Amino acid sequence: MNNRLINWFKFASPQSFYPLAGRLWPWFAALAAIFCLAGLWLGFFVAPTDAQQGEGYRIIFVHVAASWMSMFIYCVIAFWAAIGIVFNTRLSGMMTSALAPTGALFAFLSLWTGALWGKPMWGAWWVWDARLTSELILFFLYLGFIALTAAIDDPRRADRAGAILALVGVVNIPVIYFSVKWWNTLHQGASVSLTRAPSMAQTMLWGMLLMALAFWMYAIAIALYRVRVIILERERHTTWVADLPEIKA
Amino acid sequence: MKPRHKRLAIIVGALAVLGIAAALVLNAFRSNLVFFFTPTQVSTGEAPKDRAFRIGGLVKPGSIVRNDITARFVVTDTAREVAVSYTGILPDLFKEGKGVVAQGKLGGDGTFVASEVLAKHDENYMPPEAQAAVDQAHQASKTLKQ
Repeated sequence: MNNRLINWFKFASPQSFYPLAGRLWPWFAALAAIFCLAGLWLGFFVAPTDAQQGEGYRIIFVHVAASWMSMFIYCVIAFWAAIGIVFNTRLSGMMTSALAPTGALFAFLSLWTGALWGKPMWGAWWVWDARLTSELILFFLYLGFIALTAAIDDPRRADRAGAILALVGVVNIPVIYFSVKWWNTLHQGASVSLTRAPSMAQTMLWGMLLMALAFWMYAIAIALYRVRVIILERERHTTWVADLPEIKA
Repeated sequence: MKPRHKRLAIIVGALAVLGIAAALVLNAFRSNLVFFFTPTQVSTGEAPKDRAFRIGGLVKPGSIVRNDITARFVVTDTAREVAVSYTGILPDLFKEGKGVVAQGKLGGDGTFVASEVLAKHDENYMPPEAQAAVDQAHQASKTLKQ
């Protein structure tokens, strides 16, 4: 084994990941708070008013970041699900369970802030267009994943069933992303994409990116925190858990 | 082949099949997934005749006529136009030259009688001063062409 490289496989074991997650999550939580404050300050006090929508457009600072995270977290869950099935690692199943509630939260936030935005701008809380409907399906996929894994008592079997659901549901992600391109939708197209210059003012864009970064850090922090709880719960019969100072005390 | 290679192959294969199936289904539903029809589609008869549907496009500048709370305007996709009448409160973003989606039925005289009008805004966000500069540049290029 090459000594200069970190042996990543070591952290696939819950026993060695538990202390690592414990050391990491406060840093991510602190970063989330800093980015969130900076993003909200930029979004609400620095970014200019929009020519068309006035002050109402400012909901994008939460809405877009939450929507991005809802899709991205699902991809991460699918990644861990595939790893879990292929390598048969225990930790990957725990990661999917740790991420799912946060993904569901962001999907809900996306739908909710979208409704609050849609009413004044479009004139409707909700329309059944392709973008909105596919995001609603994503929310149900998260709820379905949580319900399915909770319904099976044996955690290893629950992980497998959940992993298959997560992998099947991943087809929905490109549908959400490209829905505004493929079909006529009421929802507008993407303002920010990898292929062309963003169609929004600089400060608005920075506010949005900072909020996305804040949500990203929050998701990592809360997932690490949650996975520690899941590890303790599932490994409670092992000696290493019994030897932990916080358990002994 | 190790068991984990086999499992990886199964996942990749299953995802590929699933992706193709989803693509075929979405392609088959393509016409049913449209949220609105454009005036061109209406004129070529693609839009349903006897049931309600949605029509989308831009509000033709200078076409809005208000009479009490009934508004008449023309929806255009720059190629074809459809006249729309609507009784009710229009959304704030409903403006000449901006996007609109109206739900309703085609009347006998070719006028689209809307029961609901939604404003469709674009993905551009900019401060009013920048918008004014863009508008000015448009005006300037127009006068140059003439």
